Amino acid sequence: MAKVVTKSAREPMFHVAKRDDLPWWQAWGIRVITILISFLLVGLLCVVVTGQSFGESFEMMYSGVFGRLFQGHTTMLWKYLQEIAILLSLALALTPAFKMKFWNCGAEGQALMGGLASIICMIELGDKLSYPVLLAVIAVTSIIAGAIWGVIPAIFKAFFNTNETLFTLMMNYIATQIIAYYVYIKGGGSNVINPVEAGNFPSVAGNDYFVNIVVVTVITVLMYIYLKYSKQGYEIAVVGESQNTARYIGVNVKKVIIRTMIISGALCGVTGMLLVAGKDHSININSVGGQGFTAILMSWLGQFNPFIMVIMTAIVVFLRLGVAKVADTALLNSSFSEIMVGIVILMLVGCEFFIHYTIKFKQKKGVVA
Amino acid sequence: MIIQFICRAVLLGVPLLYGSTGEIITEKSGHLNLGIPGIMYVGAISGVVGSFLYETACGNELANMNPLLAVLIPLLCSLLGSILMGLIYNFLTVTLHANQNVTGLAITTLGIGLGNFLGASLINITKSELPSIALTKTSSFFKVQLPFADDLGWFGELFLSYDFLTYLAIIIALVASFVLNKTRVGLNLRAVGENPATADAAGINVTRYKYLATCIGSAIAGLGGLQYVMSYADGVWSNNAFGDRGWMAIALVIFALWKPSMAIAGSFLFGALCNANNYIQGLGTETQELFKMLPYIVTIVVLIITSMRKKREHQPPESLGLSYFREER
Repeated sequence: MAKVVTKSAREPMFHVAKRDDLPWWQAWGIRVITILISFLLVGLLCVVVTGQSFGESFEMMYSGVFGRLFQGHTTMLWKYLQEIAILLSLALALTPAFKMKFWNCGAEGQALMGGLASIICMIELGDKLSYPVLLAVIAVTSIIAGAIWGVIPAIFKAFFNTNETLFTLMMNYIATQIIAYYVYIKGGGSNVINPVEAGNFPSVAGNDYFVNIVVVTVITVLMYIYLKYSKQGYEIAVVGESQNTARYIGVNVKKVIIRTMIISGALCGVTGMLLVAGKDHSININSVGGQGFTAILMSWLGQFNPFIMVIMTAIVVFLRLGVAKVADTALLNSSFSEIMVGIVILMLVGCEFFIHYTIKFKQKKGVVA
Repeated sequence: MIIQFICRAVLLGVPLLYGSTGEIITEKSGHLNLGIPGIMYVGAISGVVGSFLYETACGNELANMNPLLAVLIPLLCSLLGSILMGLIYNFLTVTLHANQNVTGLAITTLGIGLGNFLGASLINITKSELPSIALTKTSSFFKVQLPFADDLGWFGELFLSYDFLTYLAIIIALVASFVLNKTRVGLNLRAVGENPATADAAGINVTRYKYLATCIGSAIAGLGGLQYVMSYADGVWSNNAFGDRGWMAIALVIFALWKPSMAIAGSFLFGALCNANNYIQGLGTETQELFKMLPYIVTIVVLIITSMRKKREHQPPESLGLSYFREER
């Protein structure tokens, strides 16, 4: 039969097609290249805004994160690790929920409630209990507080399919107001609670942040094992892929949703405890400081893999501290670092396209079989 | 007192109305734009930058300023800024099929960062002692009222005392409601949001509709930020003052059941709830903090009730949050 199809005038130059899974090294190659490009962009923007040279900008970033590390000053390094620990533990807390396709945007509120439980224990029970008992009480109450804050939206999601994104979001603001209320009565109207002495985590080898970092390291490993090798982790993955499949193979979807959010909320509560008992020894409405949202991005960029999340949080915290230093030196507002973090994350989100899709340009005549 | 309360509620509600109208239009195309809070920041700060430049160009003299330009320049800057943010969101989610929630949250991070950074830079430039920048002259042009409004007593205060952006918000919401429900464009847009594959098969240009809806939605949301700075805050920008209004606007979308006309009433109700703590007699500061929870609790209650009733017309667009790829089955 003769060729019927004539070439239409509007045939596009290229079309986009889904591609088969790339080998892992190619996929990561694309991501690493994107990170490098975005760092170049960040450097360029620093140059444009501050007028420093390219090298100076990165030197400044380095000094903002590591300080004078090689002169034997490790304070900055510990602070860096501490910041990573907090952001990472929030991201880890969110991961089981996300893997289940439950958009927990409430890490902020869950962590605040955990922190609130800690500070109440520290203030009210600080002189009544012995130190080890006090620490145990702090841990248990923070975990319960975070879990309660996380499970409320989950119950409604499980039974009525209530939109969890907005529910958890609203719970953040309720938590914020509760904190504001508590800080007001305890701070005597000054909006500040003075650092509490009782119930602080012990400093190990002269370092206050050591306990926090160890706790988060343990959670990282446990979360990896939980998601990858446990039966519950498998159930989470199935529910996330398809609730119908889950029901078909006999998974109780409601139970999984509620159980997973208890875990997610409880881990956020732990983060609150780390913030209050391990870092600030006080609380205010900005204690978590929007990291609950950054953690969502970290969890997603980490592909639900705790160890990749470590790398991602390390990069983002590096940018946050480093660019803040660059901005500070140039007498600019430190929000500059938020812009940079936003740009890098957007680029990383965008680069996924090149991993999952391929652009096929129009082939020349005769090549088509 | 009651009239003052209502007026305040309306003023507080207008940014929410802009935000939620914008978000409704966006969601009708099947895109959940969690970047709205950031876009509203950008809309506000772009307007502030525009009016700052104009005020400086006029030598900071009220007499030199042309009323029309004083309004138009911030307005256009604001639109431009928020449309740019909308385009970034669009490019990533529509063209590059990126995850909408993640992209939106990143846009919010970027937008709030931009707002605070530019705001702080302007504060630096003006060497102001307060951590804020006052554009009261531009604001006075935004707040021009009808000349006879004052003569009409309570009626005038209740209905005619607002700035033009407030009326514009209501008009935009009504027009959006009309376009969505009564015109072919609206029908097509709803089709795209419900099932893009079917819409595509029917010959609707899905990509164009998605781009347009999100950009128009962002532009409208950005105006909400501008209204907040220029009218509610009397032209005073201070960092983070806009707060979480963007998130409330998104919540309002569900409260309004994806109907712009419902969003009008909803936003004023939210405005009243946000403000109630200032008008209930005999509240201590600490109880006021608790009362500020009201709008969020109401939102949650509405979320729960709408999800329990499961009425067919009260559901979100069916493919909300899913990216559309033509070659996928």
